Amino acid sequence: MGNAFYLQNVLGGLAHGSLLFLIAAGFTLIFGLMRIINLAQTAFYLLGAYVGLSLGLHGVNFWVAGMAGGVVATVVGLAIYGIFLHRYHASPLTALLLSLGFALIIDDGSLAIWGGDPQSIAPPHMFAESIHLGSLVFPEYWLALIVVSTVIAAGLLVFQQRTKFGAIIRAAVDDEEMARGLGIDVNRAFYFVFALGAFLAGLGGYLGGPITSAYPGLDGELLPLAFAIVIIGGMGSLEGAFIASMLIGLVNTFGRALFPELSYFTIFLPVALIMAIRPQGLFGRKLQ
Amino acid sequence: MKRVIVWLRHHRAAAYVPLCAVALSLTTVSARGAEKPPIRIGVLASESGTAASAGHDMVTAWKLYWAEHGDTVDGRKIQFTFYDTGSDPARALTVARQAVEQDHVQMIVGPYLANEGLAVAPYAIEHKVPFLEPTVSADDLTQRKANKYVIRVAGWTSSQATHPAGAWAYDKGYRTVVTIADAYAFGYENVGGFNQTFTDKGGKVLKQIWTPLGNTDYSPYLSQIEAAKPDVVFVEMVGSDAVNFLKQWHAFGLKGKIPLIANETTTDQSNTRTLPPDVVEGIISFGHFAEGRSAPATQEFDTNFAGKTGKLPSYMAAAFFTAAQWIGDALLKVHANVEDTDAFLAAVRSVRLADSPFGPLQLDAYNNPIENVYVRRIEMVTGPLAAYGKTWNVVLKTYPNVSQFWNIPPQQYLKQPVYSTTFQGLKTP
Repeated sequence: MGNAFYLQNVLGGLAHGSLLFLIAAGFTLIFGLMRIINLAQTAFYLLGAYVGLSLGLHGVNFWVAGMAGGVVATVVGLAIYGIFLHRYHASPLTALLLSLGFALIIDDGSLAIWGGDPQSIAPPHMFAESIHLGSLVFPEYWLALIVVSTVIAAGLLVFQQRTKFGAIIRAAVDDEEMARGLGIDVNRAFYFVFALGAFLAGLGGYLGGPITSAYPGLDGELLPLAFAIVIIGGMGSLEGAFIASMLIGLVNTFGRALFPELSYFTIFLPVALIMAIRPQGLFGRKLQ
Repeated sequence: MKRVIVWLRHHRAAAYVPLCAVALSLTTVSARGAEKPPIRIGVLASESGTAASAGHDMVTAWKLYWAEHGDTVDGRKIQFTFYDTGSDPARALTVARQAVEQDHVQMIVGPYLANEGLAVAPYAIEHKVPFLEPTVSADDLTQRKANKYVIRVAGWTSSQATHPAGAWAYDKGYRTVVTIADAYAFGYENVGGFNQTFTDKGGKVLKQIWTPLGNTDYSPYLSQIEAAKPDVVFVEMVGSDAVNFLKQWHAFGLKGKIPLIANETTTDQSNTRTLPPDVVEGIISFGHFAEGRSAPATQEFDTNFAGKTGKLPSYMAAAFFTAAQWIGDALLKVHANVEDTDAFLAAVRSVRLADSPFGPLQLDAYNNPIENVYVRRIEMVTGPLAAYGKTWNVVLKTYPNVSQFWNIPPQQYLKQPVYSTTFQGLKTP
């Protein structure tokens, strides 16, 4: 196994991690801020993929179709949060089951609208080829996705660390009651974060589409990975989500390349280790 | 109303004629109805869940046959009830129970997935209900666990089309192979069939890769395949796994670099439909169905199915269409007397289709069809059907009348275990 083998798996792992980050960013923020485990998060991904696909088939530009997928996911997400989920901050189990119900509705709705054939999503024209580096061949789009996801992660971090609204979100994650006590409109932050999470997942659905394709049940495949990322990264932590996404991507890829029989074991081994050694996750704050 | 009565009074005699005719026909209808209630067929299809698309194709093709040929056999109406298995074995068994115990169906057709079929078979056998399977391919149902109630009408076994594949690959000059397949029974049986005939001739299996169902990233496996430097790669994938595998095989530069041969499902129309032609064109695969086969029976079915759905048919659609034809023929043979189960089963076993979308079909002694296996290559669709699809599987070569036991005597074949991760039919170490 030469250098090409390792390089291909490093890049493959990072590309996979990049698409996982787009799901996990919202997942961890919603979890950290509202204590809602939003099981519909990967359903937003699927919804975004299908909406983008429909537009893409009608000749809409790849990135515009991706944004549209994000916007539709945002609208659906806000409706779910604003009408139902926001009532259940105090009872996480109810919120969990409710979000599962919506995940199933989105799943079956997509099946009714788009049918069940697995749909392949073409990468944008400018990244449709593969690069050749010695004996390594790697699809350009996978590299582009790593860049796009990293830029989004950087933007989110700057927003969270350097803006007032970002500070409000951090304050509400740390201590919601105190934030309210200081006169901060925490509810506004809730709506914003839920919308942002749904948007990123919907956008991720179409951007990740050239790798994962879109098909009924895809959301269920991705959900355990999103969980693993939140546990490893620490809930509510964006930098944690980014690093954990890349870590899971790499571990998953190398695990399957080197020990294919142990594919699930290699993903959840780091999860188990983190739970044992540092239950709050790599970047999470200590639980009181 | 009043006017009618007045009219009747004035034309009393004339009125009697049509009235009597109506009355007579009413009595004959009811008499016939009492003699012959409709034939009740329960169709199990996965209309939701992971295999929903296949289930939809199956139901559409099934209805297409009866719409074309009329849903009456020998004056007796056929009544179908569709049951959604949700792509789930437990639910398949539940709806089979409902079909038999509540709705009193006289035969079960379906379901789709091998694990659903394995769940329903023991129940159907126990209740002596003919269990007719157009797609369930789990080898053992017509091998070590063969039973007279379980018949694969227009069906196949997983390894039936891959036995010729292994022999073909060796004859083509390939000596070493890496196999990659889904880690479940269908994958083990497909690859086992290939390996047995390939190694029997002297070929060598360098590496076997089993990937979890629903995997989206195949790049780590592709790097292992490259590192092993095989003469050829044999792949089995289903559904979205096939789509992602083929796309990545192309994107990582392996297409055209290492020869790839596939099982039937990997390049089935349901998976290749949305893939760009340059990703799939030229891939060789082995199957009992080829939508690009030029024979009239296949082309006519393609045309009718495409007219109805706007797309070219999958093998699942062809299977349910042909199963309907098969069952219709069997019902005709017993004059629609489906109540005599043994006679009906014998009729199903005796059906011979001179041609069908699959080609000629007839059953072996274990209730599995002896059928053509096609060496298929993906090419651009030409002719009038090009409006309905980009690429399809055309026939390069036909292995006629292939048995599930290949060229091995059944008794001898059945002494080996069913293919699994631990038994892959390997003849060379």
